[in-house]
Amino acid sequence: MNTRVRQLLRSFLLWELLKGLRVTGRHLFARKITVQYPEEKTPKSPRFRGLHALRRYPNGEERCIACKLCEAVCPAAAITIESEEREDGTRRTTRYDIDLFKCIYCGFCEEACPVDSIVETHIHEFHFENRGENVITKEQLLAIGDQYEAEIAAARGTDAPYR
Amino acid sequence: MPTIEIDGRKLEVEAGKMVIQAADEAGIYIPRFCYHPKLSVAANCRMCMVEIEKAPKPMPACATPITDGMKVYTSSPLAVEAQKGTMEFLLINHPLDCPVCDQGGECPLQDQAVGYGKDVSRFTENKRVVKDKDIGPLIATEMTRCIHCTRCVRFGQEIAGVMELGATGRGEHMEIGTYVGRTVDSELSGNMIDLCPVGALTNKPYRFTARSWELVAGSGVSPHDCVGTNLEMHSLRNVVKRVLPVENDAINECWLSDRDRFSYQSFNSADRLLVPKIHESGNWMETDWETALRYTVQGVRAVLSHHGAQQLGALVTPTATLEEFFLAQKLMRSLGCHNIDHRLRQSDFSDDDIAPLFPTLGSPIEHLEHAKAVLLVGANIRKDQPLLGLRVRKASLRGARVMAINSLDYSFHFDLAGKVIAPPEEIPYALARVVAAMGDSADAPGGLRAWASSEPTQSEREIAELLQQAGKDAHIVLGLSAIAHPQFSVLRGLAQALQTRTGARLGVLAEANSVGGWLAGCVPHRGPVGQDVGEGGLHALDMLREPRKAFLLMGLEPQLDCLESRVAADAVDAAEFVVRMTAFDIEDGVPGDVLLPVTPFSETSGTYVNCEGRAQSTTGVVPPQGEARPLWKVLRVIGNLLDQPDFEYVSSEEVRRELVWDADAYQPHDMPRMLSEPETPANGKGIDVERVLDVPLYKVDPYVRRAPALQATRDNPAPAAYMNSEQAGKLAVENGDRIHAHMGESSVELDLIIDERVPTDSVYIPSGYHETAPLGGVGMVRIVKVS
Repeated sequence: MNTRVRQLLRSFLLWELLKGLRVTGRHLFARKITVQYPEEKTPKSPRFRGLHALRRYPNGEERCIACKLCEAVCPAAAITIESEEREDGTRRTTRYDIDLFKCIYCGFCEEACPVDSIVETHIHEFHFENRGENVITKEQLLAIGDQYEAEIAAARGTDAPYR
Repeated sequence: MPTIEIDGRKLEVEAGKMVIQAADEAGIYIPRFCYHPKLSVAANCRMCMVEIEKAPKPMPACATPITDGMKVYTSSPLAVEAQKGTMEFLLINHPLDCPVCDQGGECPLQDQAVGYGKDVSRFTENKRVVKDKDIGPLIATEMTRCIHCTRCVRFGQEIAGVMELGATGRGEHMEIGTYVGRTVDSELSGNMIDLCPVGALTNKPYRFTARSWELVAGSGVSPHDCVGTNLEMHSLRNVVKRVLPVENDAINECWLSDRDRFSYQSFNSADRLLVPKIHESGNWMETDWETALRYTVQGVRAVLSHHGAQQLGALVTPTATLEEFFLAQKLMRSLGCHNIDHRLRQSDFSDDDIAPLFPTLGSPIEHLEHAKAVLLVGANIRKDQPLLGLRVRKASLRGARVMAINSLDYSFHFDLAGKVIAPPEEIPYALARVVAAMGDSADAPGGLRAWASSEPTQSEREIAELLQQAGKDAHIVLGLSAIAHPQFSVLRGLAQALQTRTGARLGVLAEANSVGGWLAGCVPHRGPVGQDVGEGGLHALDMLREPRKAFLLMGLEPQLDCLESRVAADAVDAAEFVVRMTAFDIEDGVPGDVLLPVTPFSETSGTYVNCEGRAQSTTGVVPPQGEARPLWKVLRVIGNLLDQPDFEYVSSEEVRRELVWDADAYQPHDMPRMLSEPETPANGKGIDVERVLDVPLYKVDPYVRRAPALQATRDNPAPAAYMNSEQAGKLAVENGDRIHAHMGESSVELDLIIDERVPTDSVYIPSGYHETAPLGGVGMVRIVKVS
């Protein structure tokens, strides 16, 4: 009996509706979390794994020594390396291609690299306009590395204590 | 047999074996660096420490002979502690450069460091650094990585027979190196790369081009000599990057000659022919297969209708496969022409009718090392068949007496118990005198007297005596120089006479896959497996001497691969229509009308038959490059286009199935009825000298000639005229002079080099070079100093 009256009252007094609107009302006045992308961006972890880059030493020498560990560890077989002996007798790549369509951004290449050459930067906004542009070459990778070296180094520095 | 126990497993082991051998046979793993089954025991790496019951200390398993009732523990706490301690010491001075080291990924030290190494080094002092040595064009060194196992040193000493690497200094100052300023020049030096357990000795041409884990291995057989070496070609993205041996105790054991190891460089040489080409109005035009084949067939048809089938000639490189030989002869014979041959470096064919089914060693290869006496006639077995040379060396170390009758005093890696070094013309006489020195016999071949007219010399008597002593344990080997000899039939007849007299085995070591050529019927006088073909056709030399109107040249460069290089070049030059099926673009200036790109042996399936008569089939390891196609496919299509019946093969196995022979039935050499008469000596030689001719081992076929690493070795002598100082004195020429060498109408200008290996009255001018090709083949040379 009692419950039937209560149900009747709730129906006529729009209790359910008000209860729902309470949630709406709370969010209406709460602090907004929407980010006005691309004008606004969320902060990113120093461990963020975005577009790849090849780094250089401060003296300008490329770090990569063509050990091919990244190629071997890559679960998507996205990396293709060809190597040879450079004139000065060091081991160097003649080709370092990453197919960004194949890449799953797992970061294993970065983990495997004994000389911190291949890294994944924080860049995640990139696109291709033509077929074939998805394969980025050694020159492009080095250029990305040159452009963002400061940020890459800072991110590695931040994460260093936990490695 | 003593019974021992390893890790609780009871084993019966032959007495005298070491613990490590017993463990290996039982499949029990003991870590090791310096121990190798084919080398002597050095026990200097100390990695194979095991615990032995009642022994106060851990013992090296490689140097501890088994005794009855011995109990061995390979992974007891004491053994593991010893192994870990050794590993820590080894890693003290070993650099941490695995990422740039070519051995990385296939390195015993790397693997065993995972099992026995610590994750952090306790060693904080400076690591030692050793200067790298330049030890030649084949082996790259990184001596800091060396762990002093001395496998390379022992290999040189014990197997290759030349001590080229050695250890100097002691303890931390110990270094492996060569004699001052010397390089490693052994024809087997590449094996040191395989033996080195770390990255101290690595493959120089392969350096830094690939990693072991990404290579795809495919098995193959070496076509460069008659041994039939089993090998593995490793390719990366369809490019062959390196070649390694495959262990086969019956043939090559675990070794590989440098020629087999580095000839792969030619597969990727810049002058690979990748599209068919047609010669039109003085220019080479690239074209497609259809046009090229139509052009070929038209040309052949034109010659057939104008001049008849007898005006065709086909020459096949001895490196071809059995299937290719078979299809080549089938094509020619179905066109009604028997002018086909693969014996490009033979000049005497007069005993073809009584020749055996195919030239063989006369015994399995393994038997060679048990011979009690070996007589080498015109054979540089060390360089021409390096792995057979090893067997002879083994025999020699076991006490066999090795003797040589040669025209060059070759340096062998075994001692010679007797030798006769004479100009080529004298060789049959010397051999005949050896036969005569054994005394008269009823079964001596007719005509022996004429050859053995003079008294045997002391050394010839000794050779005869040693052969008779060894009896049926002797082995007589005719090598490549004997086959090229203008009196080859006499040499073979005399060798057979020696064979019947002593019961010895007789071997004829022909080039490359020549055995396959004989079996497939790629000879003018016999069909497949010795079938009778009636009249027969012209052999290789007659085809060139009586030039045909059309030539089909398969895989050869006439100037470099034919003994009579000048005759060959002239004949091809004069022909109306020349088809060249070649893996490489022509560079030799010999004209052709059409070039059909065929594949090298890495891209062809086929069968090779070695000097024991052992047939080994392989599949190609990489797909054909460009438009190149295997020769057997090209021949099959030409057969179709010429409307010949039964050319419907779809695989090389199908071709192979048509050829069946009894591999066990060794057919001995027939005794010649009569040796051909010696020619009366030319009246007064005057100032002419006889040419000693051989083909240096890195000039034998188009593949090795295109391997830059092999060409840079010291086994590749300069194309020059070599004579001894006595002869040079007679002709008033000196070392380093420029001289003209005249043979008949042709002449070349060469450097003169004094070389005491050359007998008097002769001059050694190697063949297989563009520089000496215009000279021609065997014969008399007039040396004139350039004024």
